[in-house]
Amino acid sequence: MRDLTAALVQIKPKLGRVADNLVLIRQQVTLAIEQGADLAVLPELALTGYFLKDLVPEVALPLESPELAALQELSRRISIVVGFVEVTPDFQFYNSAVWLEDGQLKHLHRKVYLPTYGLFDEQRYLGRGDRFRAFDTKFGRVGLLVCEDMWHLSAPYLLAMDGATSLVCLSSSPGRGVEEGELGAAVAWRNLTTAMARFLTCRVLYVNRVGFEDGVSFWGGSHAVAPSGQIIAAAPEFEESLCLVRLAAGDLRRERISSPLLRDENFCVTQRELERIHRERSS
Amino acid sequence: MSLLAINTPLVRRILVGFLRDEIWKVGASKAVLGLSGGIDSALVCHLAAEALGPQNVYAICMPYKSSNPESEAHARLVAEASGVHFSVIQITPMVDAYFEQFPDADPMRRGNKMARERMTILFDHSALLGGLVLGTSNKTELLLGYGTLYGDMASALNPIGDLYKTQVWQLSEEVGVPRPVIEKQPSADLWAGQTDEQELGFSYREVDQLLFKMVDQRATPQELAAAGFSPEFVSTVYSKVQNSHFKRRLPVIAKLSNRTIDRDFRYSRDWGK
Repeated sequence: MRDLTAALVQIKPKLGRVADNLVLIRQQVTLAIEQGADLAVLPELALTGYFLKDLVPEVALPLESPELAALQELSRRISIVVGFVEVTPDFQFYNSAVWLEDGQLKHLHRKVYLPTYGLFDEQRYLGRGDRFRAFDTKFGRVGLLVCEDMWHLSAPYLLAMDGATSLVCLSSSPGRGVEEGELGAAVAWRNLTTAMARFLTCRVLYVNRVGFEDGVSFWGGSHAVAPSGQIIAAAPEFEESLCLVRLAAGDLRRERISSPLLRDENFCVTQRELERIHRERSS
Repeated sequence: MSLLAINTPLVRRILVGFLRDEIWKVGASKAVLGLSGGIDSALVCHLAAEALGPQNVYAICMPYKSSNPESEAHARLVAEASGVHFSVIQITPMVDAYFEQFPDADPMRRGNKMARERMTILFDHSALLGGLVLGTSNKTELLLGYGTLYGDMASALNPIGDLYKTQVWQLSEEVGVPRPVIEKQPSADLWAGQTDEQELGFSYREVDQLLFKMVDQRATPQELAAAGFSPEFVSTVYSKVQNSHFKRRLPVIAKLSNRTIDRDFRYSRDWGK
């Protein structure tokens, strides 16, 4: 594993304008390259915008689309993580994220947990992913999560058990909760990312978008969490930003030595108990 | 009160961002609003001036002959404090010309006609100036249906529709709405001496507490009773919310095809923006 500089690319995509968003993403990623970043992380659905509804089939891209090919080409200079709507050859649509590196598509993650409650309606329009898999990159083993995936304890847990040392979460999180104190959504997310980093002694990179869609704000506030649970860099809330953060391999090593939680995690107990619960629930 | 307390600098930041983003992304830079002299439109005027620059905000005061003269004076005060363009357009000739044909019309019909007359003026100025019409209905009014459909409820964008009246008061302090406007009794100003609270039969502070628990916290009738709200008050307010729901929806379309607008033809309004 080596040190890396990550760019948290907090952008404001236009709803349903893939060509415009691709231009914006390429500009920002190029800027990240110029500033010495090794990795550029973009938000959930960065190529399309969030409240797509019936636009889903119109903005969906196959993995071999020219848009993704353009970013794949750019990934010879910097690793790129980006969210988009994927269409499969059999016309399934997914809220997907890809890790592009050295001109290759290293990993595809399809959002598993599609929120369909309150202001969210994802499962009406999108198919559910069916796996969480960690994968190897130039910067160690990584797990990808898309927004709501992070709110299901099992998802980051599985990725950490699969060897991920960095969790990368792409988000389109609406700003809400304006009682006294900080923005409710921001407090909730920061509690979540810092707790996950600490429980799993992983780095967490959280990248959220900004802008408004039909009166709903996206609050930004992208941040990087060290494996100790400390937030070590944060983008401003509500504003477009390119936030660079240096992640030292040594920090991960030190944390895993001082808090060997994952070493002590009893995988067999977890698996046995889950199987028992599953058996008892299905009987 | 504490239930409804908001982080006013944060809300101000979000609403200023909302106005900029939603207006600029459709290629506009200006806004038009009706300034009544009341607190809701005063708040929207201040927010719009901050978001777009006062030179891009056009506030129009549209009194009827029975409007309280103090209302126009307060509207002028708000325009001066926020620095926006200000004009006064009398609606008496248009409204009176219509009711000459219906001399027996009751106050409700007359009030609705006035609200809709003002709406046509605002949308005409929207076309004239190339600015979007800003709504000034708050969450309390919208939930109770205390507004005129296609009248004061009509707008392109409403920055304060998710704030209860109690919260409008808080935010108005934050953005510097002139004191007399914050402190006066809320009134639809259809006739001299009219007040909202008299007409509604309860105070905004009371009903906001109830609505917050009922709507935002989804409290059960038992929980509301335990919190000290009388069952009669709860049932009056619940009925108002239910019976005014049509005002908060688009007109109902009879379904025939496989893709009916808003039922299975669903796009965000910001489609392509």
